[in-house]
Amino acid sequence: MAIIRDMMAAFELFQPASIDETVDLLGRFDDGWVLAGGLDSFEWFKMRHRRPRVVIDVSGVEELKGIRDSDGGLEIGAMTTLTEIVTNETIRQRFGVLSTAAYAVATPQIRNQGTIGGNISQDTRCWYYRGGWPCYRDGGNICYADTPTSMNREHCIFGASRCVAVNPSDTAPALIALDAKIVVRSGGSERVFDAEDFFIGPSTDITRMTVLKPGDLVTAVRIPAEWADSAFYFEKARDRQSWDFPLVNVATAIKTSGGTIQDIRLAVNAVAPYPMRLTRVEDQLRGQPINEDVALAAGEMAIQGAHLLRQNAYKVPLLRNLVKRAIRDAEVQ
Amino acid sequence: MADFKLIGKNFGPPDLEAKITGRAKYAEDFRAEGMLFAKLLVSPMPHCRVTRIDASDALAMPGVEAILTADDLPEGRGAPNDERALTMEPLYEGEPILAVAAVDETTAADAIDRIGIGLEPLPFVIDPLDSLRPGGPDARVDGNISMRVEDQTVLESRKWSQEVWAAAGEDGLPMGEPTREWSIGDIDAGFAEADVIIEENVFHQSQTHHPLEPRSCMAYWRGRKLHIHVSTQSTARTVAPVARGVGIDPSDVVVVGEYCGGGFGSKISGTVNMPIPALLARKTGRPVMLRVTRDEENYFGRARPGFQSWIKIGMRRDGRVTAIDMYIVQDNGPYGSQGDHNTAATMAHLTYQPENMRFRGITIFTNTPPRGAQRGPGGVQEVAMMAPLMDKACRELGIDRVDHLRANLPGHNATMGPAQTQLSSCFVREALELGAERFEWARKSAMSGRREGTKVTGIGVAASPYTAGSFGFDGLAVLRPDGKLYIHQGIGNLGTHSIADTGKAAAECIDISWDQCEIIWGDTSRHLPWSSVQAGSQTTHAHTRANWAAGLDLKRKLQQIAAMDLGGSPAEYEVTGGRVVHASDRARTMSFNRAASRAIELGGIFDGHELPEDLNDMTVASATALVGQGLMGVSRDNFERGGRLQSWVVGFARVEVDIETGMVDIIEYVGATDCGTVLNPRSLRAQVLGGSIQGFGVARSQKWVYDPQWGVPFTKGFHMAKPPTILDVPLDMDVVAVDEPDPFNPVGCKGIGEPPMGAGAGAIAGAIEDALGGVGFNRTPITTDMIMAALEDQPQPFRGLTAHI
Repeated sequence: MAIIRDMMAAFELFQPASIDETVDLLGRFDDGWVLAGGLDSFEWFKMRHRRPRVVIDVSGVEELKGIRDSDGGLEIGAMTTLTEIVTNETIRQRFGVLSTAAYAVATPQIRNQGTIGGNISQDTRCWYYRGGWPCYRDGGNICYADTPTSMNREHCIFGASRCVAVNPSDTAPALIALDAKIVVRSGGSERVFDAEDFFIGPSTDITRMTVLKPGDLVTAVRIPAEWADSAFYFEKARDRQSWDFPLVNVATAIKTSGGTIQDIRLAVNAVAPYPMRLTRVEDQLRGQPINEDVALAAGEMAIQGAHLLRQNAYKVPLLRNLVKRAIRDAEVQ
Repeated sequence: MADFKLIGKNFGPPDLEAKITGRAKYAEDFRAEGMLFAKLLVSPMPHCRVTRIDASDALAMPGVEAILTADDLPEGRGAPNDERALTMEPLYEGEPILAVAAVDETTAADAIDRIGIGLEPLPFVIDPLDSLRPGGPDARVDGNISMRVEDQTVLESRKWSQEVWAAAGEDGLPMGEPTREWSIGDIDAGFAEADVIIEENVFHQSQTHHPLEPRSCMAYWRGRKLHIHVSTQSTARTVAPVARGVGIDPSDVVVVGEYCGGGFGSKISGTVNMPIPALLARKTGRPVMLRVTRDEENYFGRARPGFQSWIKIGMRRDGRVTAIDMYIVQDNGPYGSQGDHNTAATMAHLTYQPENMRFRGITIFTNTPPRGAQRGPGGVQEVAMMAPLMDKACRELGIDRVDHLRANLPGHNATMGPAQTQLSSCFVREALELGAERFEWARKSAMSGRREGTKVTGIGVAASPYTAGSFGFDGLAVLRPDGKLYIHQGIGNLGTHSIADTGKAAAECIDISWDQCEIIWGDTSRHLPWSSVQAGSQTTHAHTRANWAAGLDLKRKLQQIAAMDLGGSPAEYEVTGGRVVHASDRARTMSFNRAASRAIELGGIFDGHELPEDLNDMTVASATALVGQGLMGVSRDNFERGGRLQSWVVGFARVEVDIETGMVDIIEYVGATDCGTVLNPRSLRAQVLGGSIQGFGVARSQKWVYDPQWGVPFTKGFHMAKPPTILDVPLDMDVVAVDEPDPFNPVGCKGIGEPPMGAGAGAIAGAIEDALGGVGFNRTPITTDMIMAALEDQPQPFRGLTAHI
């Protein structure tokens, strides 16, 4: 049969007004697709490679929106737009690494539409997989991105397990650096995941990027008070100044005392199928002074064990340098 | 400079309000009663034969009205490499095979999903060089190159011998027998005279045009007359291609296209898909809309040909270029035959004026999207490739790059190319000085290599010429009894403001205020004159000439009518301030309104009953339809011609490269131009900066990526193909213009659309390499990963000349 692309197929659209209604709809329809900002979903729909019968648009669920104080920290509704996160005064002043990361996403227009829940739940951008190639991640038995002729400049240097795609989220490493919690509603129950555990690799489940399964709904992201007002750093390397997924990005939160690192959380993305928290590097850094040498050593440590594909060797020095900068140049906002 | 009232003044875009308020209707905004929507089935393979189409299930679906296949198309023109709207042997992924019309797009798309289709894969080639290897694949079953033999296009399979490949070595360009070559002077003597010789293999990418508005179109029939709403660069010139594609007489075609959301050469005179809705509309008896998607726009929306090149330059210690030797393998896609490679060599000759030069080239068919002219075709590639190589020679000799340009750029008597073509005017040396002053070249070039933190400054400069005019079209304007001048424009409206700006030439001639002028454009049923294609930056020059001719005709007739009615001879009358006035007896005067009424009473030549004999046919038809409406100014452009028109932009750029991330910030850019008299400063600025920004994309980010094993593209969306966005553009940008008139244009102007793109590309590519101390990438775009690898002394993970990485 012939195949047509770049044209959405029809689906049944539901627009619930509450979380309970949403959960109810998810219970009623096995393949109910939760639509947030639509920036990932619509591309899948236009590809016609994902063809849900039922789409549940949660943009009308007010409970999922907004930024609220919570135990000295913040609770951010999953449907809060990236622009709201960029412009929120509390986030800017106390959790600046998240504003900076959200500001690095795509374009102003996309940030107006894209949400924090969508940004962390988005699928990989591997162009073989997104192009509908029947790869491992798609249930097939090959990785098209890891052959002697593959075009894989954007693909991973860590964490490959049959699949070599990367997680493209800019906010994910910032949330890991802030030790954020992801609140997930499944049926009648609510689960809370540490951000670093929310993301999963292909060795856990090759068909998914996160713990979310059909029927699950991200309702909020909680930012604990713990890392407020730390020294932060976020940076994203890319080809264009906007509308570009990261080649590599990095986020840190550092607590210092007299120029010495007391505690640190350090995460990177676009180097593995999931955002990576670099705990070994963190361990190495605690108690160290912040200077060029310590930062460089951290960078060198970060790249240990990197496994190169045909076209992505540049990611190794890029990761090393970004980690170095994330230590050396971190500052209180 | 002549004292003009309209020419050279700032005007806002004539369609600004319509565009800002959304009132402007583009092709896909139209709806007609009973309108169907068409969807395309495009090839999923780079090359295959369609062995079977079974549409019975699809056609049985409710709401599905018709299918159109290649069998439904009229015969092509006959050349073997001609492209048609649909095909049974697709030659690239994305080539349309068939179309279905249904009551809505969802139904049409679902219908396509239900079509049974058999595809037999055929050999394909994505990288031109692969096709030249012994035993290498051909993109077409009938060959990989086209030749002109006795006025016929003949296709042939050309392979280069193992010896040719061995001589090239691992990474060099093999240089077998070319299909096109020329030389000037003595190339060996030129290199013998040189103090430094640069010899490099250079790759220039293919790239899609990416107009924001895809080439959607809607068609319906009224009797035997086809009405088609399109996105086109050139309204009048779209009639014939549509007629040919549909198989009807041009007099039975009405083209409507008031607005065009960008073309950049990809919509010059009709697009290959236009017959599809027209033929489906005829088949169904209902209007049909074909909305082209972004993927489809990337497939059949045209692209610039890529180059795989070998370039050798000889330079003397004083900066003078003594010899240029170029060999270009051009990636042509599967249809037609582009001339970018030859133009590139000609532009190199024009820019650096070497006494000795050789060009050799060959154009190879590939199973990638069809190529077409893209803003500065050939010129952009030349500047993007050559400017960094000249920088390298200057670096080796310790020569200032502006001094080097001073030593080479042509003066007024220079010629270009092997035919020693004269220029109409050339003020690029003046543009260089003006730009260097505005950019503060001496101060800025001293910043080269300066490091602050992790950022290193790089400075670039590049001179970019391109054609800027043509001749022999018609002007048509009617002064009606309401006192207004109705200026008919057959050119298009693709955001350059030329429909208004060139019309000012007619208004200027009879000194009528601009608010008394109406532009008639964008609809061939509104009686448009024969016009240039709005391409190759011809329009500004060609249609200020044509409208000036119409304006002079109006003036002459106004003077004649006044003399007839008020006594004396026509020469005694002035045309000024909306009236005809006797020069020495100001009381003898006639208003334009009165003159227009008199013209209708007089008939004959005055209101279009009698027309000049040398008008083009289309203008005769249009003028005839306008007979009796007022005083008609109608004339062919018979003004003196004098050499080829060439405009210039010299681009100056400052960038900062972060040596820890490979990321580049463009900090500052100045475009200095010779475009003759400035017609509208505000429009000029938009052209020079807009074009330069497109050039930034060439240098920095815009590309094609293909999987070499499967022959399919990945870079179909904007976020993968990466043209520059407005956030890649520095705030600090400026335009300066020499503003010296071209002697062969009545108002002195030349076109300016093309040259800025090469200037932007060359200046940025040069600036990046300058920041890195002269690292030569010999390839565009220079992306973050390439810079990172260079900073780390890593080998690039591709061969120097590999295409589409």
